[in-house]
Amino acid sequence: MLLRLHEVTKTYPDTEAAVLREVSFTLAGGEMLALTGESGSGKSTLLHLIGGLDTADSGTLAIDGTDLSALDDAGRAALRRGTVGVIFQQFNLIPSLNVAANIAFQARLAGRHDPARDRALTDRLGLNDHLHKYPEQLSGGQQQRVAIARTLAAQPKLVLADEPTGNLDEATADTVLSVLTELVGETGAGLILVTHSERLAARLPRRLHLRAGRLT
Amino acid sequence: MTGAILSALASHWWRNPLQLFTLLAGLALATALWSGVQAINAEARSSYDAAAATLGEGQFAQITARDGGPIAHERYIALRRAGWAVSPVIEGRLGRVRLIGLEPLTAPGDLGPVNPEGGADLGAFLAGSGQIFARTETLAQLSDIGVQGVASPDVAPNTALTDIGVAQRLLGRAGQIDRLIVAPDQPLTRPPLAEVAPDLNLSTAQDVSDVARLTDSFHLNLTAFGLLSFAVGLFIVHGAIGLAFEQRRAMVRTLRALGAPLGRLIALMAVELAVLALVAGGIGVALGYAIAAALLPDVAATLRGLYGADVSGQLTLRPVWWLSGLAIALGGTAVAASGALLSLARMPLLSGAHPRAWSMARRQGGQAVLAAALLTLSAVLAIRGQGLVAGFVMLGALLIGGALALPPLLALILSRAEGLARSPVAQWFWADTRQQVPGLSLALMALMLAMAANVGVSTMVSSFRLTFTGFLDQRLASELYVTAEDAGQAAAIIAVAGEHADAILPILSAEREVAGQPAQIFGARDHATYRDNWQFLRAAPDVWDRLARGEGVLINEQMYRRGGLDLGAVIALGPDVTLPVLGIHGDYGNPIGQVIVTEARFRDLFPDVSARQFGLRTDPAEVPALRARLRGEAGVAEGAMIDQSAIKAASLAVFERTFAVTTALNILTLAVAGFAILMSLLTLAAMRVPQLAPVWALGLTRRRLASLDLVRAVVLAALTGALALPLGLGLAWALLAVVNVEAFGWRLPMYLFPLDYLRLGVLALLAAALAALWPAWRLSRMPPAQLLGVFRHER
Ligand SMILES: Nc1ncnc2c1ncn2[C@@H]1O[C@H](COP(=O)(O)OP(=O)(O)O)[C@@H](O)[C@H]1O
Ligand SMILES: [Mg+2]
Repeated sequence: MLLRLHEVTKTYPDTEAAVLREVSFTLAGGEMLALTGESGSGKSTLLHLIGGLDTADSGTLAIDGTDLSALDDAGRAALRRGTVGVIFQQFNLIPSLNVAANIAFQARLAGRHDPARDRALTDRLGLNDHLHKYPEQLSGGQQQRVAIARTLAAQPKLVLADEPTGNLDEATADTVLSVLTELVGETGAGLILVTHSERLAARLPRRLHLRAGRLT
Repeated sequence: MTGAILSALASHWWRNPLQLFTLLAGLALATALWSGVQAINAEARSSYDAAAATLGEGQFAQITARDGGPIAHERYIALRRAGWAVSPVIEGRLGRVRLIGLEPLTAPGDLGPVNPEGGADLGAFLAGSGQIFARTETLAQLSDIGVQGVASPDVAPNTALTDIGVAQRLLGRAGQIDRLIVAPDQPLTRPPLAEVAPDLNLSTAQDVSDVARLTDSFHLNLTAFGLLSFAVGLFIVHGAIGLAFEQRRAMVRTLRALGAPLGRLIALMAVELAVLALVAGGIGVALGYAIAAALLPDVAATLRGLYGADVSGQLTLRPVWWLSGLAIALGGTAVAASGALLSLARMPLLSGAHPRAWSMARRQGGQAVLAAALLTLSAVLAIRGQGLVAGFVMLGALLIGGALALPPLLALILSRAEGLARSPVAQWFWADTRQQVPGLSLALMALMLAMAANVGVSTMVSSFRLTFTGFLDQRLASELYVTAEDAGQAAAIIAVAGEHADAILPILSAEREVAGQPAQIFGARDHATYRDNWQFLRAAPDVWDRLARGEGVLINEQMYRRGGLDLGAVIALGPDVTLPVLGIHGDYGNPIGQVIVTEARFRDLFPDVSARQFGLRTDPAEVPALRARLRGEAGVAEGAMIDQSAIKAASLAVFERTFAVTTALNILTLAVAGFAILMSLLTLAAMRVPQLAPVWALGLTRRRLASLDLVRAVVLAALTGALALPLGLGLAWALLAVVNVEAFGWRLPMYLFPLDYLRLGVLALLAAALAALWPAWRLSRMPPAQLLGVFRHER
């Protein structure tokens, strides 16, 4: 099993109620699921826990058989480099590097950089004209596509996408999602896609819904 | 509406107290640096001026007894009768106070107690009924002598002035006179001094003012340092204000969008800044006072050593100084803020929310052009310029041009490094470092100027010291110098020394106009003492042999520069004596020209001049015995024999103190620059989170990022230091080879001190690392939630 969550609970220091309550589910390699829920229901928080960006209060969370709670800072950093790839809703590009360097960055960190793969990705995502631009010179949709290319270039086992199409119009959102699922499918990675769009969620084979921190 | 805008503006400071602190601290430190150096300089100068004015030393010619004793009253009367406009002076000590008695009626106008603070009864002074003029603290020491004191701040420290009659009574030396001051205007009909009073000796004004020239050079050093510290301060102020505005762009945009008129907004921000500048300026002046007070005892000691005159080791608070400190704070703020306000005024309402500091390379093109223009200007002035003003303009252009060139050069070097980087982290590191340059550039420029000032001033002072000690070795090569009172004593000295010294070197001198300039002509005996110790700036081959054969002369640097007399130029010394220049020697501190000929040639030219001064060579261990013999057998007074090792020791002590002062100021400047870096880093820390969060999310630990931040600060400081070195050396060269020559007519040779520069570099790296330590520590402890916030919220 690629991902296993058992009764994961998370409370922020300055919130009274738990943001996530006893969340449990599993995800097999190559499986794709949509995670939906109202704004504030805890979707991003859950994604951050899975991505090794934050730590759970209780429960277990294992990726590829590795228990995340046993990892220290460096261990979680290694997980982020090599195993999971996160695509954020907000711009998450490195402002000081140009598009080409941004796309190659994570793959090079993970030690699996393949320029041919980069080129294939930028072809598919229509980024070839922008390779030497800096993030601040791109539109939101372009930045989002760079972020997708960066994550896929690193060939993670698990792709986590947090509303990757939230900033895009419907038509563009549809194409971006098609490319994303297609590319993830080619690598055989797992995908968790957070979205609040019923329409997009319906396009994935499996679906989980969060309400006030609980899976329903 | 004004109230609403003001409260919105002020609310920013309450929410970001660190920024407010940065702004105030930056301004206060800049003011402190400036006013501290100013205070030291002004205090030293005014003490010296007071000393010079009170004592008339260097200003007037003086008459003293040949035997060094008192002058009889009858002699004075005889001189006055003969038409000499002279005024009697008596001098002595009352406890620690130097008491000077003057005759108010005959003393030259600008001598004596000028501007007594009210209550001076000129009539009483004239009547000799006994008022005594001195600084308040000096008067306090004289409370029990039964004479009415008048506070006069213009009198030199530890000195009291009074009527000569009162002084004679207080000193218990009725009817005695120590010296006569010769008024500048003398009747043409007066008979020569030798006729009226053959036992008296006239010394010209110039003889006593030699030393003052050297001290002028010291003051110039301090002034140059004041200029540098001001430039450093200006950059810090600029940085603090620029950052403060950067932070508030979004707020200004919002306020304008809500309908606040732009003009009102800008006016209110200007007023707000003026208030902050006054507060910070006040703190800065107080700080500068503390700095000056801490360093002043050393400065006073330095000047006391140089002048032999008292400089008070205390600081008086001068209103001018307070005001100038505040004016600098306000002026610096105005200069720094005008650009920021202008760009706010031009900021479009709908874009430009993201801080400008991060947009790369926008202004760097223009800045590089300006820097190149300024550096070219300074190069042209260095080659072509003439006069002191050109020298200082050159210095300023060099400094500002050098500082402005820093950010473009750094960007260039960093993008090269990025191109060479192999690993992704290294590539990101260099790219990100380059991105930090605009935000840090003002702090880095301040660091660069501080380091350049350090290199420049310490090179200058060290070169000064090295040159001067070398010069002393040359000029004071003999172990003992003896001055005879008269020809008889001179013969006695020769007799004693002939038996007990290894060599006698008579010093023959006469004053004469040479090549249209006042000059001293010396006759030198051909001796190893000269051959071994003298160094030339330029010399013909076999200079000593040719000089000994009488084939030419040696001249000093002053003569060479002013008269344009290079090697081989021909100099007329008498009606039919013309000789070529064989060598040019350094003659530091001497205002007039000097020509050296052989002993034989000198006796030909001036048959009536005989040697009164002698350099005696002997085993240094034998010096005390030789002194005793000269005293016992030739009747030479203690004061007429100078032990060279004592002079050297005294001169070196002076330089050590000068060193202590400059080192302290240097370290202080460096510390202030380090502080500027710290403040910039702290201010930028909030802006850094969005830049660091993606890298962290992609798999770098916070600890790794923090250590990279630390390395980044050190790398930037190292690059800045490497670029500061040539600037500092250029600065030293400008001071030594341009400004000093223009000001004093001699050029100080420049020496390099690589170890000093290395130590300075290490210090600068340490300062940068220290400055980066806290921000890095904060980063390593930053909660992940804060980093995640970047991805969660709209920005
Ligand atoms: N750093 C934080 N500190 C405190 N509360 C937080 C923090 N981050 C998120 N929250 C709260 O946790 C809840 C879930 O947030 P989030 O996971 O972002 O929801 P979603 O992505 O589903 O909109 C919200 O109520 C939010 O306010
Ligand atoms: Mg969310």
